[in-house]
Amino acid sequence: MDALTQNMPFLVFFVVGTVAVASSILVIAMRNPVHSALFLLLTFLCVAVLFVINSAEFVAAVQVLVYAGGIMVLFLFVVMLINVRHLPEERVLSQFWKGGFAVGIGLLILFATIVRPGVYHDPVGRDRNLRSVKEHRTRRIHNADGTVTLKPYVRRTVVGNSEAVGMALYRDYLVPFEVASLFLLVAMIGAIVIGKRELSAAEEETVQDFIQDRVDTEHEVKEAMSA
Amino acid sequence: MPSTEAYLMLSATLFSIGLIGVVIRRNMITVLMAIELMLNAVNINLVAFSQRLSSLEGQVFAIFVITVAAGEAAVGLAIIIQLYRLKSTINVDEARTLNG
Repeated sequence: MDALTQNMPFLVFFVVGTVAVASSILVIAMRNPVHSALFLLLTFLCVAVLFVINSAEFVAAVQVLVYAGGIMVLFLFVVMLINVRHLPEERVLSQFWKGGFAVGIGLLILFATIVRPGVYHDPVGRDRNLRSVKEHRTRRIHNADGTVTLKPYVRRTVVGNSEAVGMALYRDYLVPFEVASLFLLVAMIGAIVIGKRELSAAEEETVQDFIQDRVDTEHEVKEAMSA
Repeated sequence: MPSTEAYLMLSATLFSIGLIGVVIRRNMITVLMAIELMLNAVNINLVAFSQRLSSLEGQVFAIFVITVAAGEAAVGLAIIIQLYRLKSTINVDEARTLNG
């Protein structure tokens, strides 16, 4: 039992990492984009598990909410909207596929030579710092001769990972946080402007009638509901 | 705990798979998914180093990367929809009007 609990993180890492790599290979290997999207979802969930065993619970929650909840729905929505039918004999690979494989495998070999075991000698940190909030305070020291010296010190309070990340975001990274919100606004407006359909001249003429028609229908429904 | 090197190797593998997917696939939606895969590999790196150096900066930057990925997915999918309306295809090698 003791050996099992000690080896548990290794076991989880091994299983989850294997599933993540296998499903990410399947993402780029599937013909049907819907299958690709579902395997991408599996990869995202595996990565969220890896975040949890790295004591980054808040990032794991954001990963599940934003990636698995938001981005995947967006992908599946677009796949359904476009509804591309792939003929069985249609090519899936581009003309550069040999070069792509070569570059990818070369990059992997490059990474593997950089990240060989035992490269990093710095001590493994404790995750207490990842769950605590730093507070900069000053202590007033009354000296014997009546003067007062101010001595700054840092107080750490252990809270939770979410609160610690929140304090880091709102205190140390406030400006990047606001820039990120501006970025999201720009992305939203850009997506709407790019994605909206240009009306043809005939539709442009009838759009007022269409809106008026909708308003009339709504009034009728309301009257029918109140009656 | 698994060592940081193990996480780095895993993320390098995922990044390489994503890069291969970006280059070899013709379907633009799958290309966008492979880009998301690469961004996720970067996030694994950031969080692993955050644990190793016991500093919150890595996690904060992972959140920013997720934000950028969300915006990029939204704009990219809008471009895909518009490309499909114009050309009735989402294959990257058929959208070559700018190729000269």
